[in-house]
Amino acid sequence: MASVLLAENQEPGFSFENCRRNAFLAKKGNALPKATKTGTTIVGIIFKDGVILGADTRATEDTIVSDKNCSKIHYLAKNMYCCGAGTAADTEVTTQMICSQLELHRLSTNRDIVPVVTACKFLKQMLFRYQGHIGAALVLGGVDNTGPHLYSIHPHGSSDKLPYTTMGSGSLAAMAVFEAGWKPELTEEEGKLLVRNAIAAGIFNDLGSGSNIDVCVIRRGSVDYIRPYETANLKGEKQMSYNFKKGTTAVLDVKTVPIIIEDVVVHHTGESAVESMDTSS
Amino acid sequence: MALSGMTSQMSMTPKFQHNFMGPDWLHAEHSTGTSIMAVEYDGGVIIGADSRTTTGAYIANRVTDKLTRISDSIYCCRSGSAADTQAIADIVAYHLEFLSLEQGEPPLVETAANIFRQLCYDYRDQLTAGIIVAGWDSRKGGQVYCIPVGGMLVRQPLSIGGSGSTYVYGYVDANYKDNMTREECKKFVTNSLALAMMRDGSSGGVVRLGAIDKTGIERFVFTGKDIPKFYEG
Repeated sequence: MASVLLAENQEPGFSFENCRRNAFLAKKGNALPKATKTGTTIVGIIFKDGVILGADTRATEDTIVSDKNCSKIHYLAKNMYCCGAGTAADTEVTTQMICSQLELHRLSTNRDIVPVVTACKFLKQMLFRYQGHIGAALVLGGVDNTGPHLYSIHPHGSSDKLPYTTMGSGSLAAMAVFEAGWKPELTEEEGKLLVRNAIAAGIFNDLGSGSNIDVCVIRRGSVDYIRPYETANLKGEKQMSYNFKKGTTAVLDVKTVPIIIEDVVVHHTGESAVESMDTSS
Repeated sequence: MALSGMTSQMSMTPKFQHNFMGPDWLHAEHSTGTSIMAVEYDGGVIIGADSRTTTGAYIANRVTDKLTRISDSIYCCRSGSAADTQAIADIVAYHLEFLSLEQGEPPLVETAANIFRQLCYDYRDQLTAGIIVAGWDSRKGGQVYCIPVGGMLVRQPLSIGGSGSTYVYGYVDANYKDNMTREECKKFVTNSLALAMMRDGSSGGVVRLGAIDKTGIERFVFTGKDIPKFYEG
């Protein structure tokens, strides 16, 4: 009988009790839900001359940071970039596929610049086709002949055209910054600062986001891909050497076992293996 | 000390998985939990919607435009899954444009409604879409067609839909009159939507109106103070 005063004896080793129960439940039809991590903060705004996209740089595998400086702003066309949140492989491959589809479309329609809405249509039609199983939540921004455009595209295939938008687990923190600070006709410096603040809100308040802030400014005719815009999470400098001095562990005995080389075989590959052609005439 | 029960009959232990999926808005599907409405008047139709799109408890878009253009004189009001209704509306718009090119005349509202109905009925198991199709054509004038989730199609002089519509059936039934003018219809739709938005958590934002007649559509937006106020407790 367990009691607060008398702790139960801890059995050694791992306890697999719950695993048996889970397997039993799964057989009964109550399978464990799949974990979907959307650890990210990605944002986009429209400013006076174009679009500014921002992203953090942390990639997670459940609770472990797998990449401290990954790039979440993907190239789609010279006038369009796309931030991706959700399953990293899905966002990477989806944006690459649509990038290549866009280039083919551009060549077959003989244009210099493809409209942003075309990329949005390609992306949402593909995501809808897969009924949400491709976990890619995207913020697409670009400038075309009709001006700057910003879309947020969700894994099930719906899109919203907005003047400012955020996605990912840190989206609520970032949206709070936008709702307080966005106004029409922002200058580029104001816009970059607003995006920086929104991503910082995500990085410091959301466990799924972290590391640096990447920013991409897209204007008619030019793009600034600023990576990193700010390194907000530098590793601390070690104050002293924490290595153990030689002699900390006492040496009791030394035994040397020589490795006897019995045979050496050398295979030549490449040009030296082929005899040179006799070119003297 | 006895070892804990690791017997030979134990099945393969499943891989370590997280049960924690996070807040609901991280993985919930986008839904236009909504208030939508359409009313016929002599010479056209008035369509109206709120502007809220939710993912779970988070408002993903507070300025959504749920009055989607199918053709210049035919619009649809979307409720249900945002992805499903956007995809369906795109497909119907494409079919209708193609048809009108083939036929050489502007498309009919009844045709649009039937293409919607075909998609919504044939794929009824895979879709969550409640749609109101409304517009003007030269044959029958202003028309409203209602296509709820199962894929039924019915023409009505007045139709309400979405999660917020349940709160205003009484108001709408009590205040609808035959042969209203365009301005009376606009007021009626605005009031109904305002009441629905007030009571339904999944509806809100601004009131978007559209008045469609033979000249095309005229759009209105009512924000903040311009939305009619009623009893607020």
